[in-house]
Amino acid sequence: MRISLHIWRQSKKSTKANFKQDGKMVRYQLDHVSPDMSFLEMLDVLNEQLTKKGEEPVAFDHDCREGVCGSCGVMIDGEAHGPESGTTTCQLHMRSFRDGAEIWVEPWRAAAFPVVKDLVVDRSAFDRVVQSGAFISVNTGAPQDANAIPVPKADADRAFDAATCIGCGACVAACKNASAMLFVGAKVSHFLHLPQGRVEREQRARHLVAAMDQEGFGNCTNQNECEAACPKEIPVRVIAEMNREFVRAKVRQEPVSSKRVGGDG
Amino acid sequence: MNLDARIPDGPLEQKWENRKFEQKLVSPANKRKYKVLVVGSGLAGASAAASMAELGYQVECFCFQDSPRRAHSIAAQGGINAAKNYRNDGDSIQRLFYDTVKGGDFRAREANVYRLAQLSVNIIDQAVAAGVPFAREYGGLLDNRSFGGAQVSRTFYARGQTGQQLLLGAYAALSRQIGLKTVKMFPRTEMLDLVLVDGHAKGIVVRDLETGEIRSHAADAVVLATGGYGPVFYLSTNAKGCNVTATWRAHKRGAGFANPCYTQIHPTCIPVSGDHQSKLTLMSESLRNDGRIWVPMKPSDKRKPADIPDAERDYYLERKYPSYGNLAPRDIASRAAMTVCEEGRGIGDTGLGVFLDFRDSIQRVGKQAIAAKYGNLFHMYAKITAEDPYAQPMRIFPAVHYTMGGLWVDYDLQSNVPGLFVLGEANFSDHGSNRLGASALMQGLADGYFVIPYTIGGYLAGQKAGAIKPDHPEFGKIAAGVRDMTKRLLAINGKRTVDDFHKALGKIMWSKCGMSRNEKGLNEALREIPALRAEFWQDVKVVGSEMTMNQSLERAGRVADFLEFGELLCRDALERRESCGGHFREEWQDGGEAKRDDVNFCHVAVWEHRGEGQPPVRHQEPLAFDNVHLAVRSYK
Repeated sequence: MRISLHIWRQSKKSTKANFKQDGKMVRYQLDHVSPDMSFLEMLDVLNEQLTKKGEEPVAFDHDCREGVCGSCGVMIDGEAHGPESGTTTCQLHMRSFRDGAEIWVEPWRAAAFPVVKDLVVDRSAFDRVVQSGAFISVNTGAPQDANAIPVPKADADRAFDAATCIGCGACVAACKNASAMLFVGAKVSHFLHLPQGRVEREQRARHLVAAMDQEGFGNCTNQNECEAACPKEIPVRVIAEMNREFVRAKVRQEPVSSKRVGGDG
Repeated sequence: MNLDARIPDGPLEQKWENRKFEQKLVSPANKRKYKVLVVGSGLAGASAAASMAELGYQVECFCFQDSPRRAHSIAAQGGINAAKNYRNDGDSIQRLFYDTVKGGDFRAREANVYRLAQLSVNIIDQAVAAGVPFAREYGGLLDNRSFGGAQVSRTFYARGQTGQQLLLGAYAALSRQIGLKTVKMFPRTEMLDLVLVDGHAKGIVVRDLETGEIRSHAADAVVLATGGYGPVFYLSTNAKGCNVTATWRAHKRGAGFANPCYTQIHPTCIPVSGDHQSKLTLMSESLRNDGRIWVPMKPSDKRKPADIPDAERDYYLERKYPSYGNLAPRDIASRAAMTVCEEGRGIGDTGLGVFLDFRDSIQRVGKQAIAAKYGNLFHMYAKITAEDPYAQPMRIFPAVHYTMGGLWVDYDLQSNVPGLFVLGEANFSDHGSNRLGASALMQGLADGYFVIPYTIGGYLAGQKAGAIKPDHPEFGKIAAGVRDMTKRLLAINGKRTVDDFHKALGKIMWSKCGMSRNEKGLNEALREIPALRAEFWQDVKVVGSEMTMNQSLERAGRVADFLEFGELLCRDALERRESCGGHFREEWQDGGEAKRDDVNFCHVAVWEHRGEGQPPVRHQEPLAFDNVHLAVRSYK
């Protein structure tokens, strides 16, 4: 196959929203692309050519190349992870394109994901959201026997569907508001459907939403682009669940007791 | 080289209790004065960093990925073993212990394996408490399935993404500590050297992969949890970033490297499709619960699989190993696949492949039940091959998957360098010469959650807290060496790319030190690798600069290390004149089965680095089997 690529090249990290001045699209041509190559293997071939010519190869994030680490992810012809549904960029194969195609490749665009170089973005905002409360506060130690907490299968499956999120950021990139509500909703939903996760449900909802807002992610306007772009096909119901949990947490927010709880020992 | 394994006294089942009791403790008020560096954020690293921080130590954690959640533990598919005996099928700690020692072909330390089997039970409890969504039955209790090398169902799973769910559990625990500011996390940061002060590991030198800055981090102890070295073969099921750099550079600073020749070839991976191939994708061993492996009876039978009647199919694992059938251990299943391909009975265009067929299971339990168990794996297979595995059998072939060798550690997971601890796949300790399926997750988490939090205290209690600072002259010296290497790599400006050298190395390793090995091939490899390495240092081309993100430069450093390490791997394979587990020497076999030499090789081989141009020295740690009988390993 013969493929023409237009790739975003940027040498320095973006500062604010001035991304348009930081880089530019550059055209490259590849003449012998195999339809069995993955999209990233095609970029490998390009990088080998560039290196041999003494030009800097295109930087892009990738690691497991089997669709689970969440490292890779670029906008391909304006679609996060490209044209196939339920697919990460590393699992997209060139057979999904026609011979002679012109393909436009850009990094995720979101104020909360500054571009580091070429197609590489900084997604540490996701990590900071998780650090604010997407966990169950148990220390390593000797918890009760695993089977002491029965979980109805339907609940376990719902929790699991949310937990399949790989944190790639496609939902943010696909959203016109650069909202992270599918990502954050998935965290809320995962713990919401497990009895052991319900203990901290209110503070989790409050903390995650606050952290998400602080990182500069936008709000959801119910376009559902995130669900369509998600390589793990996480359903938008998790956003509804997050909204419900957030409202519930607000309603139940009681004033802190003025009485001292517990003694001074 | 001091290779005292420091195995505690007492009967096998009391050893770990005894060690925990006799170990010196650090008081809660003093713990916060000690700093520990954890390199790697996979199952072992993330669980270790979180657990030590919970105890009160100051922890710094490093990973080369952009987030700790992306470490390659995430790609483990099938499951995690635990001796819970929830199935009532006769499992016990003793049985998991025995299966693991036997699965490792009697080349692992009894005491370590027994502790692993004991801790397996706690891991499941811990993971469930942390919200890991394991598969469940309608009654709400946990489900299990079977894995290779076992006749009980003890594998806990989360569809085909158990590693992902367990890693996200450990990552959540780590994130909680980062949020509490007890762990300082350094993503996109690669360890490039280990710093020793007065013979003790007291810090590391790293490169910030975003800015190119070289930095020193000083601490009271260093924990390496940096995974295995599978990509020395270029093509493997490992992630592209997996590398030997941290462990190899620690080895060059004095840490013994144990059993580098023990590499695991996984029997069920998607076959290579062309020269562009950048990695191989695993199809979980769990598929062998329901899939049947076969090739045509006749050589070069090019009919479609559906057109080949049962009478003309050879279900060779079921035929050769009737009691374990398709669930024969990995090393055995891989060699059997290779054998039928060598007989000309391999399938697909290249003849390097066998069928993994779900026809009978789909008839038995229905397509839906199969999809519920393995849906994401079938989806992945279809994406990569453009074939529908519900309608036609999968094509599979063995590929490099896991490395049992690693840095030598004692019972406390401390290397021969005091203050340097090594966890998970990066150490050598628990799997002998072949790892059983669903045991890697178990070991990574046992080391990180339940071993290091105890044993690190035993070391730190004897150390003065915070004695070494990053301005110690040793850091400056080593950082200068790291900068020099970076400059050298950029200055060569030759003609061949880093990947080109990596592929060439992989070709040598796979053809001469892969699934089966012989003296002639290994000697050839030992000539070819140094020649390739010399060429690398004269002709590699790394474009770009050092003070910026430069992915070619990162890879060049890793490939430079693989070019040194590959030679040690081949040397170890040459010197181990027996066949055991994943190490198959053609000269030592019994009707195609591995033939061990317990008289001469019932030991761990530990290599000592002696400096550039000097041959490494092979030391031995003898293995004693007091609780299991050294038997010929049979799965027939």
